Amino acid sequence: MCSIVLRFGGAVETHRSSSGKLFVGCSCFTVHLLYVWQRGLRVADQVRRSPLYIPASGSWERLEAQSVFMMAGRQQSTQQWVEKYRPKQVKDVAYQDEVVKTLTNTLETGNLPHLLFYGPPGTGKTSTALALAHQLFGPALYKSRVLELNASDDRGINVVRTKIKDFAAIAVGNSHTAPDYPCPPFKIIILDEADSMTEDAQNALRRTMETYSKVTRFCFICNYVSRIIEPLASRCAKYRFKPLNEDIMTIRVRHVCQEEGIQLSPEALSTLSKVSGGDLRRAITVLQSAARLYGSSISGANIISVSGVVPDDVLDSFVAACKSGQFDKAQAVVSNIIAEGYPASQILNQLFDIVVSSPDITDEQKARILERIAETDKALIDGADEFLQLLDVASNTLGALCNLSQELTAF
Amino acid sequence: MLWVDKYRPHTLDKVMVHMEEAQHLKNLIALGDCPHLLFYGPSGAGKKTLIMALLREMYGPGAEKVKVENKPWKVEAGTRKLEIDLTTVSSNYHVEFSPSDAGFQDRYVVQEIIKDMAKSRPLDVAGTKGFKVLVLNEVDKLSREAQHSLRRTMEKYSSACRLILCCNSASKVIEAIRSRCLNIRISAPTKEDIVSVMQHVAKKENLQLPMGLAGRIALQSNRNLRAALLSFEACYVQQYPFSENQAVQATDWEQYVTEIANDIVTEQSPKRLFQVRGKLYELLSNCIPPEIILKRLLVELMRKLDSELKREVCHWAAHYEHRMQLGQKAIFHLEAFVAKFMSIYKRFLIANFG
Ligand SMILES: Nc1ncnc2c1ncn2[C@@H]1O[C@H](COP(=O)(O)OP(=O)(O)O)[C@@H](O)[C@H]1O
Ligand SMILES: [Mg+2]
Repeated sequence: MCSIVLRFGGAVETHRSSSGKLFVGCSCFTVHLLYVWQRGLRVADQVRRSPLYIPASGSWERLEAQSVFMMAGRQQSTQQWVEKYRPKQVKDVAYQDEVVKTLTNTLETGNLPHLLFYGPPGTGKTSTALALAHQLFGPALYKSRVLELNASDDRGINVVRTKIKDFAAIAVGNSHTAPDYPCPPFKIIILDEADSMTEDAQNALRRTMETYSKVTRFCFICNYVSRIIEPLASRCAKYRFKPLNEDIMTIRVRHVCQEEGIQLSPEALSTLSKVSGGDLRRAITVLQSAARLYGSSISGANIISVSGVVPDDVLDSFVAACKSGQFDKAQAVVSNIIAEGYPASQILNQLFDIVVSSPDITDEQKARILERIAETDKALIDGADEFLQLLDVASNTLGALCNLSQELTAF
Repeated sequence: MLWVDKYRPHTLDKVMVHMEEAQHLKNLIALGDCPHLLFYGPSGAGKKTLIMALLREMYGPGAEKVKVENKPWKVEAGTRKLEIDLTTVSSNYHVEFSPSDAGFQDRYVVQEIIKDMAKSRPLDVAGTKGFKVLVLNEVDKLSREAQHSLRRTMEKYSSACRLILCCNSASKVIEAIRSRCLNIRISAPTKEDIVSVMQHVAKKENLQLPMGLAGRIALQSNRNLRAALLSFEACYVQQYPFSENQAVQATDWEQYVTEIANDIVTEQSPKRLFQVRGKLYELLSNCIPPEIILKRLLVELMRKLDSELKREVCHWAAHYEHRMQLGQKAIFHLEAFVAKFMSIYKRFLIANFG
């Protein structure tokens, strides 16, 4: 049992009872509400929606931020910003216009096909699915109508045959509805990170999907659409989530900065969108990390150091050593890179960019270098040693840049 | 107590290398919350020391009162019930273990055990941060499946629990995990750092440490502070007062690998290969990890080779080490590398000297 006092205009008090209910009482403009505690942010959400809510000075956003902050001290430590700034409604999802338009429509009509969301990380797939589910059913019905499973849950073939099937089979009556929510007569099963499900498990899903399609909609979420077997994919409406472009990224990041009181120089802002490559989760995490480590005023260098990107001069010395044609130099550079703890995979990524865009490397040289980078990438995935692999890349790059014979066994 | 342990700094204020990182970590905690952390960097760089000091900074000396337990955990894997043995080190505030110890069952450790631990808040809320810490070692050794399982756990239970992940190579940790953590790179201490730590220890122990000797110990340690302090202490046991040009012994296994390198450069024959096999076996049976052997062997060979051979030899070392990771028995691949080297080298000798 705990109680938290929030200051807002007057005092807003929230009590959390042992049963998990949350009461919010506001002494200055009577707001009473009862809310089933699910997520930290929901309090303010609910208060805002309440008909009794009369805005005074200040904003609810502030209350939201504050309420989260207050709870931090006691029992819920401050949320990660990615969670805090996760879009709560489908319409808040930025840049994915096609899917937003369709789903907004769905919210009105209550018609929903099976869905397949795919696209790179941090583009809003999970957020969209969760927001949709919440907006369709509201907090009261959410638990009974939505099953959310992701890679942290066991989703082997057995679970598909039992848990998922059982949930899919439950009939939904029209009687159980919540006011203010569309509550269409079906349930939703969200299979997040579905690319990590085995093919067998996916196959086992086919029947379930067919049999219960009247009362159950599936929403698959994955990075690569090719990882979902054709029979499942072909039953879904597919939506591709695009990497966010720089403008949208800038807007979202600015918004977070404003809310959190962070000064970000223009140079830092552009560095941030460069290192995150359209992945907003990454951008926000990097921003939070930088804020945690360096305080509220953040420079481009700060961003680089928390983002895991290797500084340019390290790569420059790598390329210079290869150009020099001296193996020992290259070996020394590689030893140093490993001792400094830079991840080999990151070096490969950045080396790739440098090589591809370098005007003074011939196409043939590029081909030689990139082929080995590709092989090495695979080897690293297989768990090969970083030092040996990077040394191999260095030695091959050296050979290519100095036009040494490709045929190694020349003797 | 060995000097490495005796002079391990216990608080973030006392660390002598990575002072900047320590200061950042202090800022981090001062703000009252902290994101998940991923420490990465070569072994012996000081990750563990920082993590322990960090926990102490968060929770006070209580975090250092740890108990070590080895117990079987019961988990349900689909229809089967499994028992997984795990060794945990825990205080009232944190639990530390290596989930990869469970081998191919590591997925269940993440899906069941870690999830359970992550869900429950620490018992005594009053004095704590409101969350507890799970320290997971060697996350780079976790299977992909297990790593994928971890990613959502990190988001879902982030209110009750913080993860501190620790690994050598960040390349082997999937992007999805890395992007959910504050990544902290811990570089190996520089030679100068190592010398100054040794000087500090010498002062505490009331010893005269000549600069030349300190420099050579640091150089030979390959930027590994633990190795340097151990060999510093070994030197002390061997001869004190120190002399400027006192010999710094390499560890046994390193000398052994040097011998192997000499063996195969002086003679390339099936007979020699057979002898070398015995030595490799001996190293393996002393628990020297095969990739460490191969790396060391390559570095030793590189010292002896003509530059035109280096590229080829280094390629094959990478090739066979990769195969070793995919294969089952390390000795096959070590031996294959040695045989390959012999044949290349012999051909080179014949081509150049007839
Ligand atoms: N299109 C988007 N609009 C608004 N915020 C987004 C968008 N995409 C990602 N985000 C931000 O990134 C975080 C992670 O998004 P998420 O939906 O979990 O990505 P994924 O596509 O990997 O499932 C969210 O909390 C949100 O802050
Ligand atoms: Mg997702």
